[in-house]
This record gives sequence, C-alpha cells and structure tokens, in this order.
Amino acid sequence: MHDVNPTSRRRFLSLAGSAALCGTVPVVTLRPAEATPAMLAAAIRNVVGEADLHTGKVKLDVPPLVENGNTVPMTVSVTSPMTAGDYVKSIHVFNEKNPQPNIGNFYLGPQSGRAQVSTRIRLADSQKIVAIAQLSDGSFWSTTVDVVVTLAACTEEVL
Amino acid sequence: MIAFRAIAVRALVLISVLAAFATTALSVYANDIPPGERRSGYGFMAPDTKAIQDDDTANPGMLWVLDGETLWNKKQGASDKACADCHDDAHTSMKGVAARYPAFDKELGRPVDLEQRINLERARHQRAEPLAFESRDLLALTAFVAEQSRGVAISAGEDSQLEPFVAKGRTLFMQRQGQLNLACANCHDDNWDKRLAGSAITQAHPTGYPMYRLEWQSLGSLQRRLRGCIFGVRAQPYEFGAPELVELELYLMSRAKGMPIETPAVRP
Amino acid sequence: MPSALINVPAKAKRGDVIEIKALMSHIMETGYRRTAAGDVVPRDIITSFACRYNGSEIFRAEFFPAIAANPFISFFTVAKESGKFEFEWIGDKGFSETASASITVE
Repeated sequence: MHDVNPTSRRRFLSLAGSAALCGTVPVVTLRPAEATPAMLAAAIRNVVGEADLHTGKVKLDVPPLVENGNTVPMTVSVTSPMTAGDYVKSIHVFNEKNPQPNIGNFYLGPQSGRAQVSTRIRLADSQKIVAIAQLSDGSFWSTTVDVVVTLAACTEEVL
Repeated sequence: MIAFRAIAVRALVLISVLAAFATTALSVYANDIPPGERRSGYGFMAPDTKAIQDDDTANPGMLWVLDGETLWNKKQGASDKACADCHDDAHTSMKGVAARYPAFDKELGRPVDLEQRINLERARHQRAEPLAFESRDLLALTAFVAEQSRGVAISAGEDSQLEPFVAKGRTLFMQRQGQLNLACANCHDDNWDKRLAGSAITQAHPTGYPMYRLEWQSLGSLQRRLRGCIFGVRAQPYEFGAPELVELELYLMSRAKGMPIETPAVRP
Repeated sequence: MPSALINVPAKAKRGDVIEIKALMSHIMETGYRRTAAGDVVPRDIITSFACRYNGSEIFRAEFFPAIAANPFISFFTVAKESGKFEFEWIGDKGFSETASASITVE
C-alpha cells in the first residue's frame, strides 16, 4: 500500500466525516490534480528567475482561520516610498495546495501612491500563501503565511 | 382595612407566581432561545467576513441589488408596466415591506413570501410570466426590495390570520426528519453556541435574505438555504414554493421578531 | 446581466492617495469542478483587469482560478487631475466589460 499523503487522507476523512454528519456524498471530487511543492517552486522561478529572493518588506493579511475557503479576503502590501526612483513594479501571489500555484499578479507603478492590493481568493485546503514583490531596482522580496481552512459542514447538492 | 390589603397582596403574589409558572412552562416546553440571548448570524462570523457585509461597495450581494433596481424600472409583460409605474420610488414605497414578510394573501388564503409576492404582482398587474425560483432576475428584484428594509425591525407573523400558519411552521421546525433524524430545533435552539465540523452553528434567524453565501458564491433565497439544510439531514427537501417552506419561513421570521433586517447579508 | 460596482471618491485634493474599489459580477468557474456525470465544467474566468486614469494605465491585474467568484479588487493611486477612470475586465469566452467613474481633483 503506497504512502498516502497525510494531508489528503485527512481531507478525505474530514470530507467523509462531514458527509456522515450531513449524510451527503460531496458532489465535488477530490482534487484531481494536486499542486506539488515543485509546481509552486516552478511558478516562483517563472517570476524571479535566478535572482535572489529576499525576505521582508512584504506583508500578507489573511485571516488565520478561514470561515469558508471559497472566499478568503486577502490584502498584500509592500513598504515602499512609491516615488519615481523607488517603487513596487509588481506583486505576485502564490499558493501551495490549490490545483494551480498562481493566485494573481498585480502591476503597479510610482503613480500608485501606495503598494497595497486587496482581493478575495479561493483556498482549497489549509496551506501556505507566498507573496513576492518586484521593486523598481529589480530586487525581489517575499513573505509567507500559513492559513487554516475549514470545510463547510454540509456540502449542498447542486440544486 | 389591614385584612383587605393582606388578601390583595396574597392575590397579587398568587397571580405573579401563576404567570411566572406559565412563562417558565412555555419556555421549558419549547426550549426557545430567551429573547435576551437572540443573536443574528452576523455575530457568529469572523471580523473579515463581517467586513465584507459592512462595506456596500465590496458586498457582492449589492450586485444583485443594483440589478434589481434596473429591473424595478423596466417595463414588463403584456401590460408593459414597470414596478415603478405603480410603486414609484422603491426607497419610500418598499421600506418596511420585507420586514413583515411572509404575509397573508387574501386571494390565496395563505401566506406568501417576498419572491412569491413579486411573481403574484407580475401575474396580476404586469400580466407577465412568473420568474423562476433562484433565477437571477427574481433574486435581484427580491434583494432590491428587501434592501429597502435594511435596519427595519422584523414584524412578520403579527397578523392574526397568520396564527395557524405560524403554528404549522413551528411544528415543522420542531419535528425530527430525515435519515439523520434531526429537527431544526436540535441544532438551532439547543446547540447554537457550538460548532459543527468547524463551522459555527447559528440561531437561524433569517435577518438578511436574500443573502450572499460564501459557500454558494452567489446570492440565494431563504428557501434555498432551507432546502439545503433539509437535504443535509438526509430528508427529501420540499419543492421551491411549497407551502411547508413558506410556513417555515414564516415561523423563522416571527421567531426573529424585532431583529433588524440586514439584506443583503453575507454568510460563510 | 453583468454588473460592476465601482467606488472612487468623487472629490480629492491633488496629491492625495485614494483607494479605488471594483467589484464585478462573474462566476469565475475554476475548470476543476465536475458535474454529477463526471464531466469537467470548463474554465470560465476573468483573466485580466486594468484601470486607466485619463487614458494612462495606472493598475493592472492578472486573475487565475484562485480568485473568488464576483472578483473584488482594491488598489491605490495618486489623485493627479480631474477626469475619468476607465475600468476593463477581459476573460474567457470573449468576456469583456467596461465601466467608468469620474473624479474632481482640486
């Protein structure tokens, strides 16, 4: 018996558990294509290339315990004077366990005034989120947060 | 003189004891949530989710409210009339309406909810086809009308003609059903301070319908929510528009009497 | 009936950093869900969002399926001059929507 990834087993059990609680068979199938750490690394490399990835300057605001993984409010901000000579060019957000590693890319400039973007994202499971900012001087800065996602108690039949 | 006062005092004590017993007996029988402990589902949410509901420019439910406003002014049906042609500015004419629905319809002789009222108006006055339950147009119109009552205290069920239907709704709320053999009351009256598989169990006050449910990623009606819950206990859900659903809606609204409307609410 | 909710301050002082919020109605179908029969529900998402301020682009975003339905975005810009903000959403299946809002900068 091959070693089943404990996270996906936990997810299966929790799905089965909630199904037992609510007596429904979830319509959604288990993630057919699970993102791997390699996919995340490749996606990051796509943006950063071979450059150094510094930690700092970037702040990711996500609720540590998410009420519903379908809609998670997220704010990413970067400390920067946002002047013509020193500004944030872009912010890239990645995730660890969704079927796909990318969440969104945001392009700013000195006219932005403040390097802060808010949106709402989907998270398939408890996982890490990575935000990487590219500054006008070409340097890359990143931060990582851990988010816990609970599943809805009763998944609904698609009515 | 003194003897008379003593009898009066004794009578007063007896009456108050009887009254206390009657109220206690009722509440013990019902396991109802004491009025002082009633809380909207809003209070059970995390701050980030509350923030989505609080900001009208970020609340996805407002997209339907805006659509509803367009539909309100659009001419419909064989009569080629818009809602606005009879009801004018909804901000004035519809204020307080959602707070007293479901309401009694004389012609049908039973209560109807807001979605059904809109379809009745379409049929009777606009001579237009009814909008399908959970269709975008019906949700938009209902959300627009209900939003006009935001902040208004719920008063549904006060009409004496509704008494037998409120009672029916209460029976439905209390009866065990489905393969899991659970009644609504088992969770929402008896266990609302606990969690079910990570999600908070609320008291089930329908203060913000139609509401944007994160689980649906869409706006939806109270009937959709009820059908989902009934399905969840492995019972056969009533069809949209069934009298049982309206009676349940009516009971739930009367149980939430006095709480303010929050439409369009956001819930997990 | 696609609809957008835009929030731009009606008035601002020159040099103020203002927040712009945009909410667009869209299902953002991920392309990972399956029907009861087992068929994949095809992807249908908004892929890009752009904002122009009096003609020049001040903000752009690329969305992936991990962006929630009815995508909401908030960003900042420096209020330079009175004029118009134009918003554009492009997505799968030829999705293309625009909206605009005016601002008075004194």
